[in-house]
Amino acid sequence: MSLLADIFSIAAISAGAFFYLAGTVGLLRFPDTLCRLHALTKADNLGLGLVTAGLLPQMDSLAAALKLIVIWILVVAGGTSATQIIANRVTRKP
Amino acid sequence: MTPETFFGALLIILISGLGLVSVAAADTFTAILSFFAYGILLSMAWMALAAPDVALTEAALGSGVTGALLLGARARLRNCPRARPTGPAVKAAAAVLCAGLSAALAAVVLLLPVPPPSLAPQVLEALPPTGLRNPVTAVLMVFRGLDTLLEKVVLLLALIGIYALAARPAEAVGTVTPPPLTPPAMAGPLAFLTRNLAPAGFIAGVYLFWVGADEPGSAFAGGALISAMVLLVVISGAARMPGPGRPAVRLATILGIVVFLSVGFGGSISGAGFLVFPPGLAKPLIVLIEVAMIVSIGATLAMLVAGPPRESKQP
Repeated sequence: MSLLADIFSIAAISAGAFFYLAGTVGLLRFPDTLCRLHALTKADNLGLGLVTAGLLPQMDSLAAALKLIVIWILVVAGGTSATQIIANRVTRKP
Repeated sequence: MTPETFFGALLIILISGLGLVSVAAADTFTAILSFFAYGILLSMAWMALAAPDVALTEAALGSGVTGALLLGARARLRNCPRARPTGPAVKAAAAVLCAGLSAALAAVVLLLPVPPPSLAPQVLEALPPTGLRNPVTAVLMVFRGLDTLLEKVVLLLALIGIYALAARPAEAVGTVTPPPLTPPAMAGPLAFLTRNLAPAGFIAGVYLFWVGADEPGSAFAGGALISAMVLLVVISGAARMPGPGRPAVRLATILGIVVFLSVGFGGSISGAGFLVFPPGLAKPLIVLIEVAMIVSIGATLAMLVAGPPRESKQP
């Protein structure tokens, strides 16, 4: 059971790290702001989601796991809103 | 190479690199953003050194509040006529002084005897009567209460200094934003973020202070988080920053110092001594002081970042 959880954690966190890497490459290489935001949100949503999912089986208690989920929700809400605010700003300007 | 050393080395390289970028960047915006990232990585380094209290404070104040202050300063200076550029002699002198200071600090740290001198055993021994379980809070509030009190005074002095220096009407975060007249002013992603994040942030700020008695957390980190939520509400246009002339605002900025001093002098009057808590009452008195402090820290930091208002209704 513990081995299974560890394998899941390694797989999920590795996949999350891959999305972070891909998002960072996109952020650096894509031509304009909207494309870069698109790349960044992949890292934010999939990357962080997978890392959080991977960390969940490693938590000592249910309370700690719930805290992790709350942090994930807060970061996703913050990141998504910031992205929308930047995108609004970009699209408003001709 | 163990994973710990690998991550340690990676952190050191990233921190030094970001520090260099934030000093050497020609563009202030790049410099400030590097400074943000530098602070977050520095707080990770404190976590790696098993100092979560320092890590929290570094993330909240060293990176968050200071970075916001720098962004505010940049926004204000953008409209100013460009000052005379710094000459190479001044730059060289600053570089030499900073390098000298860094070398001296490194020497002091490296020359410490092994194991380094520590007061931690004494702190842990004296911990039970305070009713606290977090030794860091006990040091800040009980053993070195005077230092913490003076920190609060410094914060207030910084606020007074900023208001005194801003002689000409300056733009400020929040005070420029008009209050929402119609619901559409509170629409869009910023409104969504404010509605959902601000209440959660306020609770998290109070939690950080409350948990500080037993676990990592402090009124300073909690206050910083609350000030950030105040600024979020102001920036989104949901509310206007209250003018600094209001009695309630002034009271909020000095409440922490007043309560701290009152409790301190209470100790003098009861014969225990200045800032000495009577046995058995230590925990409730500390909580009382910290509640007052979190109000003051939250208000003062928010006012520091928002800056002086462009126009004040007060005479």
